[in-house]
Amino acid sequence: MSAAVSILPAPQLAALNDAYRKAVARRRLRTLFVVVACFAALFVAALGAEVNLRTFIEKIGNFGSYFDRIFTLEAGTRVWTDVNEWFWGWKKWLSLLGETVLISYVGTLIGAVLAFGLNFLAAENTAPSVPLRFAVRRFMEFCRTVPDIVFALIFVIAFGLGPMAGVLAIAIHCVGALGKLYGEIVENIDMKPVEGIRSTGAGWIDCMRFAVLPQVAAGFASYTLLRFEINVRGASVMGFVGAGGIGQELVVAVRKFYYSDVSAILLMIIVTVFIIDIGTGWLRGRLFGKEARS
Amino acid sequence: MNRQPDINTPALRGRYPDVFNRPMASRAGVPAILVAALALFIFGLNELDFSPARMWTGLRELGWITMMMIPPDPGSSLPAYLHAMGETLSIALLGTTLAAVFALPVSLLAARNVIPSAWLRFPVRRFLDSIRGVDTLIWALVWINVVGLGPFAGVLAIAISDFGAFGKLFSEAIEAADKKQVEGIRASGGSALHEIRFGLMPQVLPVIAGQVLYFIESNTRSATIIGIVGAGGIGLQLAEQIRVLEWQKVSFLILMILVAVAAIDWISSRLRFAIIGRRAVA
Repeated sequence: MSAAVSILPAPQLAALNDAYRKAVARRRLRTLFVVVACFAALFVAALGAEVNLRTFIEKIGNFGSYFDRIFTLEAGTRVWTDVNEWFWGWKKWLSLLGETVLISYVGTLIGAVLAFGLNFLAAENTAPSVPLRFAVRRFMEFCRTVPDIVFALIFVIAFGLGPMAGVLAIAIHCVGALGKLYGEIVENIDMKPVEGIRSTGAGWIDCMRFAVLPQVAAGFASYTLLRFEINVRGASVMGFVGAGGIGQELVVAVRKFYYSDVSAILLMIIVTVFIIDIGTGWLRGRLFGKEARS
Repeated sequence: MNRQPDINTPALRGRYPDVFNRPMASRAGVPAILVAALALFIFGLNELDFSPARMWTGLRELGWITMMMIPPDPGSSLPAYLHAMGETLSIALLGTTLAAVFALPVSLLAARNVIPSAWLRFPVRRFLDSIRGVDTLIWALVWINVVGLGPFAGVLAIAISDFGAFGKLFSEAIEAADKKQVEGIRASGGSALHEIRFGLMPQVLPVIAGQVLYFIESNTRSATIIGIVGAGGIGLQLAEQIRVLEWQKVSFLILMILVAVAAIDWISSRLRFAIIGRRAVA
């Protein structure tokens, strides 16, 4: 087999080898430079974040033992030996989980409706005026860059403790996030139907209703369901700042070292998130076929 | 506009029965969903203690707060805020890097083309899923119990929750890789490790690098909030100033976050374009 490979005369080969080595050396040097730069950045970051390997090594055992502890009942037995004792508060937790999902639902719906109204003003091809588009876009950027939990912190003071603050925080964040995604869908539509409707003398609203909406409805619904899924996760921690849902119960359990409660609540949250994930995934598959699912 | 005189509705009906007599199920579908959604919405509003009176007082209060936020003013604590911002950026960078380093080997275990056996892949995937099911803030709470208050807990929280996300994304990237290169390595007598190193890695590394950069960007956002539970960074300052109602400082901190996120956004999108080219990003 090796006979098939022709071997070049030595001087020609030497030149080629030389060039190859140089190219490799140059590439290695560049990689080395990037690696050194990365490590330098990480080192600076480690100083900034007060990383202390000694505490980490001393305390890493705690991480394992923490999970050991949260799976142990007060009686000292494993949690799954006595499920009744483990999930003693399941009624309360289940209703709080229901509240969490409801917060996410209402927040997503308010956010989606507002984003639906705003995105036509923000998309490049449908915006009625440039200054308006600019203003709407900046507004949406602001809404999605400020984390929802920061809004929740402020709303808790303005609207009082309770799920209302959580709903509004999620709604505002949702306006920004969905508005951007909706706008991107609208920018990708076929403009011919819009021209067709406009040529019949229809106004802007009619153009949106009869030319744009039929093209984008499926995409909108798909993104909204995805956002709902994300918001369930977000709503599960709203309680940390007093904005309703299961988070309040969780933070109390963690801070007061009610170990088995922590694992029970965490497990319930994870299962809920799973169910919502699978449910919305199924729904999106049902509604829009396989291609819209990705 | 005049009606066209020659429209013969009965004839049209006869010619296109599908258009005029749609089955009940398809006609009632959308309105039924809308009504159900609205009903659930109203039930939700009621259940979650919404009331016009509360809304009104809340909005008025919010108006006052907004008025008091202007102009943004850090007072004398600007150096402390800058330090906290640096801490936040450090948390994001370090947490994401740690997550990527640990997720890479695990993602190989979750990729179909590396591990053909579903028995091994399934538990790894469910493991990654359950890590992702828990929010970063919850992980932060757990790590605070382990390593104490401070930014280090934040780094570990970001690292572990991104570990779940990266594990999934990386394994998807690996599954999307072309298998011809891998087969080529195998044909020339390479071992399984050679296949991964010379067949898979050159294909997936640019994709992975792009994702890591994107996550550094999004983690800058997450890192601003984990301080709320005590895991360091600018969130700690923000939560404190909100609790003591120092609105001018709050608005300054929010502005700082907006600027920092925009800056990181810009840098990382530049780097991403440099690594994987303009087309691949979109």
